[in-house]
Amino acid sequence: MSEPARPTPSDVARVAAAGVAPQLTGAQSLIRSLEEAGVDTVFGIPGGAILPAYDPLFDSPKVRHVLVRHEQGAGHAAEGYALATGKVGVCMATSGPGATNLVTALADAHMDSIPIVAITGQVPSAAIGTDAFQEADIRGITMPVTKHNFLITDPAEIPRAIAEAFHIASTGRPGPVLVDIAKDALQATAPFRWPDRLDLPGYRPAIRPHGKQIREAARMIVEARRPVLYAGGGVLKAKAWDELRRLADLTGIPVVTTLTARGAFPDSHPQNLGMPGMHGNVTAVTALQKSDLLIALGARFDDRVTGKLSTFAPDAKIVHADIDPAEISKNRLADVPIVGDCREVIKELTAAVEAEHKDGRRGDFTAWWRQLDNWRERFPLGYTTPDDGTLAPQYVIERLGRLVGSDAVYVAGVGQHQMWAAQFISYEKPATWLNSGGLGTMGFAVPAAMGAKAGRPDATVWAVDGDGCFQMTNQELATCVIEGIPIKVAVINNESLGMVRQWQTLFYDGRYSSTDLNGPPAEGRVPDIVKLAEAYGCVGLRCETADDVDGTIEKAMAINDRPVVVDFIVHRDAMVWPMVAAGTSNDEIKIARDMAPDFGEREE
Amino acid sequence: MSKHTLSILVENTPGILARVAALFARRGFNIDSLAVGPTEHSTVSRMTVVVDVADQPLEQVTKQLNKLINVIKIVELEAPQSVQRELVLVKVKADLETRSHILETVQLFRAKVVDVAPDSVTIEATGSEDKLDAMLRVLEPFGIRELVQSGMVAIGRGSRSMSDRALRPIERSA
Repeated sequence: MSEPARPTPSDVARVAAAGVAPQLTGAQSLIRSLEEAGVDTVFGIPGGAILPAYDPLFDSPKVRHVLVRHEQGAGHAAEGYALATGKVGVCMATSGPGATNLVTALADAHMDSIPIVAITGQVPSAAIGTDAFQEADIRGITMPVTKHNFLITDPAEIPRAIAEAFHIASTGRPGPVLVDIAKDALQATAPFRWPDRLDLPGYRPAIRPHGKQIREAARMIVEARRPVLYAGGGVLKAKAWDELRRLADLTGIPVVTTLTARGAFPDSHPQNLGMPGMHGNVTAVTALQKSDLLIALGARFDDRVTGKLSTFAPDAKIVHADIDPAEISKNRLADVPIVGDCREVIKELTAAVEAEHKDGRRGDFTAWWRQLDNWRERFPLGYTTPDDGTLAPQYVIERLGRLVGSDAVYVAGVGQHQMWAAQFISYEKPATWLNSGGLGTMGFAVPAAMGAKAGRPDATVWAVDGDGCFQMTNQELATCVIEGIPIKVAVINNESLGMVRQWQTLFYDGRYSSTDLNGPPAEGRVPDIVKLAEAYGCVGLRCETADDVDGTIEKAMAINDRPVVVDFIVHRDAMVWPMVAAGTSNDEIKIARDMAPDFGEREE
Repeated sequence: MSKHTLSILVENTPGILARVAALFARRGFNIDSLAVGPTEHSTVSRMTVVVDVADQPLEQVTKQLNKLINVIKIVELEAPQSVQRELVLVKVKADLETRSHILETVQLFRAKVVDVAPDSVTIEATGSEDKLDAMLRVLEPFGIRELVQSGMVAIGRGSRSMSDRALRPIERSA
């Protein structure tokens, strides 16, 4: 049997090295471009318009394709991959519904500044605009939720578009980029030329901060009395955790780590006050409120952190460093704006503070620490154990963190379980806590955990999920089994949409409208998560009592050849505390229902 | 609220108008007038946008616009340091009795007549918004049958060009 020889990527490379641009189909050019961009994994589902690309992809020795069960899963997997590895995640889908199914993940990546590239097939260029079968204007649809996007109708433009997409996704403030390619551009041929330079006259992210602003910030740091380092997700995006550690050690200033920055600064470090925000701990929230200088690093004064903006940190001067100039003074006016890469900013800030110290100017934060330690001692995070023998969800998550340890990657969905996982697991290392922060996308955990595990196969990856979230995207367990991606899933099962139920308890007189996920007429568990796991070929375990928690986790940890799903049946009335109710001031923080922390007379 | 004139250099790529317009809509910024056209560089177009905002959001408008990859440069053109012009074409009712009055008005505003019919004249005028408003107020009593107006275009005074130094290629870092 003789078939016409297909050019392998190495053939192509040889021809390219000889200085002759090889003629490739757009599809071959796309796969070759992905290889050039260093892609090793693509999450996707084929379909009509993208089909030409799947043929050369079949032969690629460098790019592994993970066939997911829903395009949203592909998108979240690309995000999980990107967050866990620091590289650009890639997902692929066909035109129309395939592409629209990616939208949630793109919006999620846009909110949390996650570098992903989405490749979508588009109907042939002659059919664009005719309401053709499976046509959707995905470039138009995704304009507001991507950092940039492309529609390609000429095969010669594919390498440049892919090169630009990866550059834009991964530099500056990272984000999602979509490349939509018409089917005829995938089928036609053109010379393949991988660009060695990019022409993006409108895209020049500022990396190095202004020296003057840095010196001003350093001066304010040594003059402050109650400073706080407010570390956001940008610290992780800029890989600036070592620099943050040095700055904190040098200055002795307390650090708060936002939801997207958990792991950027070790929880065991005595200066780490923990997470601020709507469900932050009393000390972190109050430290921001009482501060006289906030040094915001890659953080964006999100409403979940500031509470009612007009009452946020009323006495604080603001030093705000971000790589995106549009974040600075967007919500809170900055006294010292610093535009630059977090790593560069912190490095230079540290040097500037050292210079201040050398000149004998050093901040004295003793009184501040006395106050902070007092709050820490009096208002630690805590929870009550239900007296009816049912399982406290917080206990499950706390034990999970303790037994699994700080080398593992934890991936959460959105809701109560997410907040408890942010509160009760100690994060010591970067890229060990992945979740959906800005968009709050339920269903993130299972596919993102899959992406994280695919990117870091040697790491233990635990999805901490809620039963509501789990039912949105659990079909990716099939992908995990078939593709050999053995994630572990802890379903914190309270048989309800727990966070919504909590709000109904607090703000709607306990009228549980449409939050019960397992009420009558259902008999037994719908779905039975253990059976569901087994149906997928996973190991399914169930745990209903505190005594069984450790044993069940250990059993799950011992299984490494298949995904494991543990159904933890927990008390459904457990609530997330502390809480700053939406729209209220951080000063109104409650540590339990109708219970404000009593700061007593020692409060300043 | 106050009006600001922004000159925006953009890459001449498909969809750029949609990107800019959608950004204004999404962020809740009001566009008063918009004009797009070619520049001295074939790959670059220029938009003149008049926005109606308070000062603080104006900074947000320009920062958000700057985040669009195809936006190359943004400059605010303040009235004293720039020439700002709009074009209006207006069809005015005119009979034997009123025509000479209308032509007087045309002369007064240094406009010109571009079409004449037995019962109307069509006038072309350029100028600042104030001048055109004044002319239209004078023409109004004669009866305006149809009116079309361009967005404002503006250019800075002096010898400097807005596109200086804005168009360099970059080295890829990743």
